[in-house]
Amino acid sequence: MAIEVRIPTILRTYTGGAKVVEGSGSTLGELIKNLDAAHAGIGDRLLDGEKLRRFVNVYKNDEDVRFLGGLQTPVADGDTVTVLPAVAGGSR
Amino acid sequence: MLRISRELVDKIIEHARKDHPDEACGVIAGPLGGDRPERFIAMENAARSPTFYEFDSSQHLRVWREMDDRDEGPVVIYHSHTMTEAYPSRTDISYANEPDAHYVLVSTREQDTVEFRSYRILDGSVTEEPVDIVE
Repeated sequence: MAIEVRIPTILRTYTGGAKVVEGSGSTLGELIKNLDAAHAGIGDRLLDGEKLRRFVNVYKNDEDVRFLGGLQTPVADGDTVTVLPAVAGGSR
Repeated sequence: MLRISRELVDKIIEHARKDHPDEACGVIAGPLGGDRPERFIAMENAARSPTFYEFDSSQHLRVWREMDDRDEGPVVIYHSHTMTEAYPSRTDISYANEPDAHYVLVSTREQDTVEFRSYRILDGSVTEEPVDIVE
């Protein structure tokens, strides 16, 4: 089962520079574990304990997974998962 | 150094003034591998706050995909401070995740002047850079 995962510039140090990698899993949580096994350390950039990090956006196809089920979001062959670190900031 | 046209500087300032007292934010796309800001894209501040900004997540995906399709990158990422100086805050630095971008900060705290400054933010470290405005 191959799920296409699109990696933002800042996380390509974990994937040897690759912009797109493949992973497997039936939920987003499993997919992340699978990615971390192949690209050590990437899991920690996406997860804060047992949850997705607040300022990392993860999308399944066109939708933000926060609206789909977070780490329980089902994923399948043919899906594209995109990771984009949030662009944010403020006066403090 | 950030080299940017007067027209784009004016667009950033106009956006910041329009959204004041909320923080305004956006991106200027330019050809990948180059350093020229060309295409102005005002982004929605999903936080709609006078002290915080965050790109709306759906718009963020759309714009980033579009840049990818056009072989562009985010050359400038701008936002405004509405009550403080145009200098990156601790949160600005924590969430600066585009290593090739020029981070432009504008302050709208004064009614009749606007501060416009640019920075590189890499690995948590801020370096101010000169801005060359091309007329």
